[in-house]
Amino acid sequence: MTAPLLEVENLRTRFHTPDGVVRAVDGISFTVREGEIVGLVGESGAGKSVAGASLLRLVEDPGRIVGGEVTFKGETLVGFPDGRAEAGDGSGDDADDRWRDDVLSAEAIRRRIRGREIAIIFQDPMESLNPVFTVGGQLREFIELNRGLTQGRARELAVDMLREVGIPEAEDRYDDYPHEFSGGMRQRVLIAMALACEPSLVIADEPTTALDVTVEGQILELVADLQAKYDTSFLWITHDMGVVAEICDRVNVMYLGEIVEQADVDDLFYDTSHPYTEALLDSIPRPDRPVDELDPIAGIMPEAIEPPDGCRFHTRCPDARAVCTEINPDCRPLDDAGRPHRAACLKHESVFGAGYRESDPIENEAAGGFDVGRTEEGTDD
Amino acid sequence: MTERPATASGDGGDAGDAGYPTSPDQGETLLALDGLTKHFRNDGGFLSGLTLGRDVDGLVGIDREWVRAVDDVSFEIASGETLGLVGESGCGKSTLARTILQLVQPTAGDVYYKGRNFAEMGREELRRQRRDMQMIFQDPQSSLNPRMKVGRIVEEPMEAHGMLDAEGREARARELLERVGLDPQHYNRYPHAFSGGQRQRINLARALSVNPDFVVCDEPVSALDVSIQAQVLNTMADLQAEFGLTYLFITHDLSVIRHISDRVAVMYLGEVVELAETEELFEHPRHPYTEALLNAIPVPDPRAPGVRGRLEGDVPSPIDPPSGCRFRTRCPELIVPGDYDLTPAEWANVRAFARSVDRHEFEAESELAVRREFFGNAEPDGEAGRIVDEAIARLLTGEWDGAAALLNESFADRSICARGRPDYEVEPERDVDRHFAACHLHRDGTPPD
Ligand SMILES: Nc1ncnc2c1ncn2[C@@H]1O[C@H](COP(=O)(O)OP(=O)(O)OP(=O)(O)O)[C@@H](O)[C@H]1O
Ligand code: SF4
Ligand code: SF4
Ligand SMILES: [Mg+2]
Repeated sequence: MTAPLLEVENLRTRFHTPDGVVRAVDGISFTVREGEIVGLVGESGAGKSVAGASLLRLVEDPGRIVGGEVTFKGETLVGFPDGRAEAGDGSGDDADDRWRDDVLSAEAIRRRIRGREIAIIFQDPMESLNPVFTVGGQLREFIELNRGLTQGRARELAVDMLREVGIPEAEDRYDDYPHEFSGGMRQRVLIAMALACEPSLVIADEPTTALDVTVEGQILELVADLQAKYDTSFLWITHDMGVVAEICDRVNVMYLGEIVEQADVDDLFYDTSHPYTEALLDSIPRPDRPVDELDPIAGIMPEAIEPPDGCRFHTRCPDARAVCTEINPDCRPLDDAGRPHRAACLKHESVFGAGYRESDPIENEAAGGFDVGRTEEGTDD
Repeated sequence: MTERPATASGDGGDAGDAGYPTSPDQGETLLALDGLTKHFRNDGGFLSGLTLGRDVDGLVGIDREWVRAVDDVSFEIASGETLGLVGESGCGKSTLARTILQLVQPTAGDVYYKGRNFAEMGREELRRQRRDMQMIFQDPQSSLNPRMKVGRIVEEPMEAHGMLDAEGREARARELLERVGLDPQHYNRYPHAFSGGQRQRINLARALSVNPDFVVCDEPVSALDVSIQAQVLNTMADLQAEFGLTYLFITHDLSVIRHISDRVAVMYLGEVVELAETEELFEHPRHPYTEALLNAIPVPDPRAPGVRGRLEGDVPSPIDPPSGCRFRTRCPELIVPGDYDLTPAEWANVRAFARSVDRHEFEAESELAVRREFFGNAEPDGEAGRIVDEAIARLLTGEWDGAAALLNESFADRSICARGRPDYEVEPERDVDRHFAACHLHRDGTPPD
């Protein structure tokens, strides 16, 4: 097994808002190995984007990484001095004195890592392309800066990359502006940009979510081709279980800031070990076969500001028992699995030994029957 | 209205009645479109989605560019059924919905509702019919007035149509909130206090408040998380059964369409290209575009067989859509022109070559290299071979446009796919009535009636 390219250990990121502290990412750990596509999947607000941004310390105010460690190719991107993890004052993540001595400076990350070693592709391509410059010009400049090539050579490479990601008449389209490209083509340009420096890792945050399904198909195929060719690793952020099944090697499922299950893609679907993953899979209509009745997840996602005590899924979990309201299980290896498979659920009694079996089932939204989706408190008039 | 008493329960005389519409007789045609067409004048300069907003009455200034958003669409929706309308962004789904509801004037064609032609209705009748047809939009956020309490939001359409008195409206609003799975106590809350899924429920309650028979749902669950989406879809199905509603359900999501629809219409570039009962369509698609769409959906099963088929290229502009079959510029099954005698492999090579030339996807280094790249396994001879030779010669002198034009006019433009609009009924595979597929591969079939 190859050594991990990226290692994330107990990463925590918070937002200090007027309403309270949002624990957007609350102690997640995962790895990405060379040549792997690793999925980060979950519903809206689960913390996927914040997790992705935290890896390169790109969290925006009022967000702040407050704990954990991120290492990439032996270099430390996030790390705190002993006992100072929560040390927090007004200064943002760019204040380098927050970090341990061996942690790369913001400047070093910008100069050496971002774009060159780790590229990011965002959901909305318009956000990443400057509307007043031509597509080719932006790509050329990016290559010039990051690979130290001459303008002429960078231009050639830019055209080559545009062609490689399937932009028709690349030479002619080089001088077009972003608005003259369709959404799918803009996303191709961003992929070209992401791959231009042959990075080892690409963080892709819902890069196909805004696209039509046929265009998404084209992009996923393109990514698979390029990945095979350059052996790039991907952290693929998505809410779409279909996309996960299609391209990921391993998957992390997030719920309310935590990773609740971590498995090879086949195990995730065929040996599902967390009730949330199971519920997620049961709630989706299938394109490949008729489903008589959808089985929705009961209730609504609780606020990240005050997540439920105990297991965060206990308010909606069909298997919840009293013990689940008290203990918040961490994501532990399941012993019977042949391959590494982790889950954060007390049902796995032999792993957690928390007394789940003797504990009584509880009343929650999942037990509520027909009026799922109704909020709990109801008397405010 | 009078000629269809069985379906007239939802309007007119019952304004004082707080009851729910009785289910109209299942199977009777509720809505019929006949050649419905909507063109917009494109005066926004650069073509973007935004230019689709301008509305005009009829095709006067011919010299201008027209965005042919919806072209000659005909179908029927039966009482109590859900017709799914699926297609990619910009294919005309929402414009079709808005034209059906008379929110924009059709350029041509007719809409019959309960047997009556909208074009022939007086103002009063039109107003009453509008009440009978409600719409739910994609974005539950922006479609609810943030300064209005939920109760008022639900009551507003009733008020506009002079339905019930204030007390009656409130009672009905509270009851509807409950029916859509919300707490009636939420009557006095503002929309911001609700999640996306709950807001979509408020929209449902609002649409149902005036007793409609027909509800157009434009991407009603697309903005919702999957778990919430399932809740709302289930609620919509329950309400349909309870109130005998007829849905036109628009979405780009084929999984949702398969789940909710009785029949499905597939749209491409302003036209309906295939229409059949849901399982018939999903199991036995007969139009290459539908097939491509179905192949493209990522299946939530890592063991699902096969790689997704890849549909090449982008959707052409609706200002100048391709002649004949509008899908032909991307169709993997383009029919070989009768003028040439080509094997399937030769024809496939010719098309791949023409496409790559058109997109200028390679550099032409030598005749041999080009031949090896595109015609390694099968090279046409005869007339077709001579045209290919000539095209390669042009490439070698740098005349890419000339080569592309030659290939185009010699091959693609001569295909039956470029020459006539396909319009066929095919023999269904399953035990269903009809299967419409607008593709010349089925030219042995019958034209629809
Ligand atoms: N700038 C911010 N200020 C305050 N809270 C924030 C900010 N950005 C994100 N959050 C909160 O952090 C949590 C995680 O958000 P994040 O954007 O990572 O979710 P996500 O999983 O990417 O969701 P989506 O699928 O909608 O993209 C949410 O509760 C969100 O409201
Ligand atoms: S720990 Fe309990 S509540 Fe949490 S997922 Fe497992 S069974 Fe459900
Ligand atoms: S008519 Fe021709 S181009 Fe159109 S879908 Fe059928 S085979 Fe393809
Ligand atoms: Mg996100």
